[in-house]
Amino acid sequence: MKEQDNTYKLLQGNEACVEAAIIAGMRFFAGYPITPSTEIAEFSAEKLPMVGGKFIQMEDEIASMAAVIGASLAGLKAMTATSGPGFSLKQENIGYASLTETPCVIVNVQRGGPSTGLPTLPAQGDMMQARWGTHGDHPIIALYPSSVEEIFYTTIRAFNLSEKYRVPVILLLDEVIAHMRERVMLPDVTKLEIVNRKKPEVTPDKYVPYRGEEDLVPPMASFGEGYKFHVTGLIHDEYGFPTNNPEEIERLLKRLMNKIYKNIEDIISYESYLCDDAEIIIVAYGCTGRSAKKAISIAREKGLKVGMFRPITIWPFPEAPLKKVALGKTIIVAEMNMGQMVLEIERLLGCTANIHRLNKVNGELITPDEILTKIEEVY
Amino acid sequence: MNRYLIEKYFRYDKLPHIWCPGCGHGIILGALIRSIENLRLNTNKICVVSGIGCSSRAPGYLNFDTLHTTHGRALAFATGVKLANPELKVIVITGDGDCTAIGGNHLIHAARRNIDITTILFNNNIYGMTGGQYSPTTPQYEKGTTAPYGNIEKSFDACKLSASAGATYVARGTVYHTHQLIKLLEKAIMHKGFSFVEAVSVCPTYYGRKNKKGTVLDMLDWLRENSIDVGAAQKLTAEQLKGKIIIGEFVNSEEPEYTAEYERIIKGFKKGDSHG
Repeated sequence: MKEQDNTYKLLQGNEACVEAAIIAGMRFFAGYPITPSTEIAEFSAEKLPMVGGKFIQMEDEIASMAAVIGASLAGLKAMTATSGPGFSLKQENIGYASLTETPCVIVNVQRGGPSTGLPTLPAQGDMMQARWGTHGDHPIIALYPSSVEEIFYTTIRAFNLSEKYRVPVILLLDEVIAHMRERVMLPDVTKLEIVNRKKPEVTPDKYVPYRGEEDLVPPMASFGEGYKFHVTGLIHDEYGFPTNNPEEIERLLKRLMNKIYKNIEDIISYESYLCDDAEIIIVAYGCTGRSAKKAISIAREKGLKVGMFRPITIWPFPEAPLKKVALGKTIIVAEMNMGQMVLEIERLLGCTANIHRLNKVNGELITPDEILTKIEEVY
Repeated sequence: MNRYLIEKYFRYDKLPHIWCPGCGHGIILGALIRSIENLRLNTNKICVVSGIGCSSRAPGYLNFDTLHTTHGRALAFATGVKLANPELKVIVITGDGDCTAIGGNHLIHAARRNIDITTILFNNNIYGMTGGQYSPTTPQYEKGTTAPYGNIEKSFDACKLSASAGATYVARGTVYHTHQLIKLLEKAIMHKGFSFVEAVSVCPTYYGRKNKKGTVLDMLDWLRENSIDVGAAQKLTAEQLKGKIIIGEFVNSEEPEYTAEYERIIKGFKKGDSHG
């Protein structure tokens, strides 16, 4: 037992995020205080200098997103953390990271909205903002863990995906899990897969900074390495310079989107729970997935065949796996908003499918009882 | 500019630049390049960062690591670059709208931190890229397309603003006084801490035309006649200095620099000192 004891640690959700980020290679954090994400900044301020990393509290949310991108271009793995209002403020620069293919992780510990909303209460209202918060078509990855341990491993994955695909990754957390303490099984760090961005293998005169390779991802030099490359938020050619040429514009935008969609199998993650014999599938994510699990175990005791599909990768949505388990079945989409991901489920399964909504936006969690009641109502 | 400097420092294939005939920005960029040449800096270790606007197109022409960011945010991006890699010489090129309106918050906080970044304000007193709207440095009662009856707002003195926010090197030059501008830029780049140089430019296309300032040569003549050296200015009254441009060095002091202070904390841990 003693050996096993050493591999477990009691961690707060926000703390687990920072511990994991440092293991994943985070060496830069810029942030601005905002409830309920502040502990992520506090832990980063404490831990980063210990490993030679840098923390800075910037003057606002916009600046912290900007500093993260600057640090990433200078070669460090970088993260910021915020909540609703701050997530709104960061959007322009998230788009900049997306277009300039600058790896970075943005944690959004969600709180009730809109506006200042409910700073200390949970909500799942930023699902669509995570996808479409910045203007224009753009690639993005969003992940959504449902326990402190899953925050730990999903944070590492967020960095890995960000580095691999040179894309900003949004890590969506629930206030309740970010502030909860749970047991986390710590990994053998030497066995973890840690991904670092591809570096150019050519001399500076041969470097084409925005030409995608087979996986559509271009190798990335860092400032100061002698590559002397240009980065701009303007639509650019493969050399990184502004262009108005229709062919070059289209080539860039298609590559940006395709580097996500053509690698979707690698990017998606989800939990499919007791779906095989299920007549009803609950679609839930984050903390709502935990209520759903409890509701399913009670329902199963009553002989009701219910399962759950829980996307962990929210964007791009795990389309094929959902269709595989849910087509033709009765669906309940439980979410702490007025109905956001249900739109995606309706799109995927057909809007005439038997899809029911269970929504709550009063600052309280959706309870297992409420899900059970809904199950019995539609069964 | 001689061919040697152009080939050494410019992305030749990106020229000609987008600036209007008579624009003062090319003179400032030329002064920057001459100062870098005089300092014999390692061009692999220079990162030039800009925001949005006429001035902010400059980095695209320069053969360094260059970063053209979002409107107003150049200093925030530059802060990330510099803190991540303190061995880089980080130079921010920004305009009056970019630096003192949408980016004003970043300016005062970068100055307050005394982070080792050189900021060059290309001040043409107008939003040029969008077609001549008044900016925070448009003099009071002058015109812009959004101030058709005269600008009733008071204008910023960007040097005073930076100095009072904590910048440890502050200077102003003009596109008429190019030799002085080169020297000021050299000192700013070599200064350890936040350095701010306001380079007073001319915009004949919008500011000049809207305010009947005559030709480019008339505008340059005006700069010559109305600029007063900071030493001479000290002997004049506020009334005598009204409408004049004070040029020269305002602040040159030594204070702890941000990235060096951060390295000190990191070094504390390397020594095993848990208190940093």
